[in-house]
Amino acid sequence: MSNFFRSVRVIAHREFLRFIHDRPRMISSFSMPLVFLVIFGAGFGRLIGQMMPGVDYIQFMYPGILAMPILMTSVMSGVSIVWDREFGFLKEVLVSPLNRSGVLAGKAAGAGIIALMQGAIMLALAPILNVPIGFRTVLALIPLLLILSFSLSALGLLIGARMRSQQGFQLLMQLVIFPMLFLSGIFFPVAQVARWLEVLSKLNPVTYGIDAVRQTFLGAEVAGVTIFGHTMGAPESAAVVAVVGVVFLTGAIWSFNRQE
Amino acid sequence: MDAIEASNLVKKFGELEAVRGVSFTVWEGEIFGFLGPNGAGKTTAINMLCTLLRPTAGEAKVNGYDVVKECNKVRQSIGLIFQEPTLDDYLTAEQNLRFHGYAYGVPKNTLEPRLRELMEMVELWDRRKAKIRTYSGGMKRRLEIARGLLHRPKVLFLDEPTLGLDPQTRRRIWDYIHDLRQRENLTIFMTTHYMDEAENCDRVAIIDYGQIVVMDTVARLKDGVGGDVISVKTDDNEEAARLLQKQYELDSSIGNGVISFTVPHGEEFLPGFVSRFPVRLLSVSLTRPTLEDVFLKFTGRSIREQQADPMHEMKQMVRMSSRRR
Repeated sequence: MSNFFRSVRVIAHREFLRFIHDRPRMISSFSMPLVFLVIFGAGFGRLIGQMMPGVDYIQFMYPGILAMPILMTSVMSGVSIVWDREFGFLKEVLVSPLNRSGVLAGKAAGAGIIALMQGAIMLALAPILNVPIGFRTVLALIPLLLILSFSLSALGLLIGARMRSQQGFQLLMQLVIFPMLFLSGIFFPVAQVARWLEVLSKLNPVTYGIDAVRQTFLGAEVAGVTIFGHTMGAPESAAVVAVVGVVFLTGAIWSFNRQE
Repeated sequence: MDAIEASNLVKKFGELEAVRGVSFTVWEGEIFGFLGPNGAGKTTAINMLCTLLRPTAGEAKVNGYDVVKECNKVRQSIGLIFQEPTLDDYLTAEQNLRFHGYAYGVPKNTLEPRLRELMEMVELWDRRKAKIRTYSGGMKRRLEIARGLLHRPKVLFLDEPTLGLDPQTRRRIWDYIHDLRQRENLTIFMTTHYMDEAENCDRVAIIDYGQIVVMDTVARLKDGVGGDVISVKTDDNEEAARLLQKQYELDSSIGNGVISFTVPHGEEFLPGFVSRFPVRLLSVSLTRPTLEDVFLKFTGRSIREQQADPMHEMKQMVRMSSRRR
């Protein structure tokens, strides 16, 4: 067991070092949400705003924008195991006495640390955008962002565990990450779209993550996810994300250990 | 205790039998080499010994630990240098080494001095803060040697240690290896398809199509080829050939104006021959058999010095293009 935790620590440390050394990756993870914020905020703000009387659109969107770099970076850091394989570093890890499950869990943990850093930077935007933010909100965000990044990096790991090359990567971005992003309720409330779209949204684990983050900022009245007549509270939504994450990680570990 | 014991190791990839039952023992403190052409199964064998691949059949022990049942103990006690770099490009040299130290649980107070000692040995201490992206191929390999030794392994595995490096770097790397063996009492297991590199080994196993063809010390393998080749130029080659047959009972062949024949221990034969041979000699040369000749004798063909396979080259291209990003 001690080997497991040592593995988690060593790998998480490396993920962190790698992230702060890779400046283009860091910048690009912030630039996209900012672009969305400007385009959607200025372009669709009034239009979509009519769907939600009483809520300012920027305020509605901000929690999603906060979570977006975390989503992207987390999935990527999971999938980065494909890079490690392709460029040989994974071999160094695999011949070391590090525990295999600990290696994967360490990648997810590393994504969590990075997520908190990104969250902190995005929070600095809140006052500029007139989003109310207090000490309690920040405190409540910490576990939420950790859970969210853990689950999404687990998803990335699940995808990356068997992938041999980066060729499938563009496809993955287009077919998995973008749909997940757009169907997560970041830009519009999931309850007010076509039925089939609503169903897809509710199958998307990211939706619950965004919902929990949004409730933390704006209170329970903006809760977006209603399943079988029950409206999910922030803790319930977070629990959904956590459970899905554990399932993803278990799957990733299983699939990773099976090859050899 | 022997450093490595392998008995009847087999590895199949579907239909393909990459390693077809190899058995050998590597003694503590020796340099043992697998010599064979590309695709002979050398890397597959090394991957089984270092626990990266599970043998289809057979057993192997490294430092007394079973490679399947006690794989973590094997991993802790060996160091590896692969054909291709396995460094993290985005980190500095120092960070790569520290990662390794943490991964193998090297205590902090021994890690730092050891790290410095090894980086100084491979002459990279001054470049320790540079990112691996800025390193040349030779520097990467040297750094990997330092890294592989950081946790004081008992056996060092080198898979084609100097593949793709220039002659000067190759010689330098061999200097380190010889130096290390003396200082740290290391056992070294290596694979190569370079004949001259195999000369550095105490013992060599020639491997072809997944099997060991022959295994012995380099000197004995060469003696087994049947002696040294002597080539002479004379005033009258026809007459010389006749006299060789008559006086020494030696068959000879003539080609390009040179007459050549094979004798055991040529260096002892030559002085007497030169002073007594009746036909005037214009030039004399002695050629010791090479491992190439050994390979030729035991496999019936010369070792295929192929260029890198196409897949490998593609990977290299991908590497380069992604580095630009």
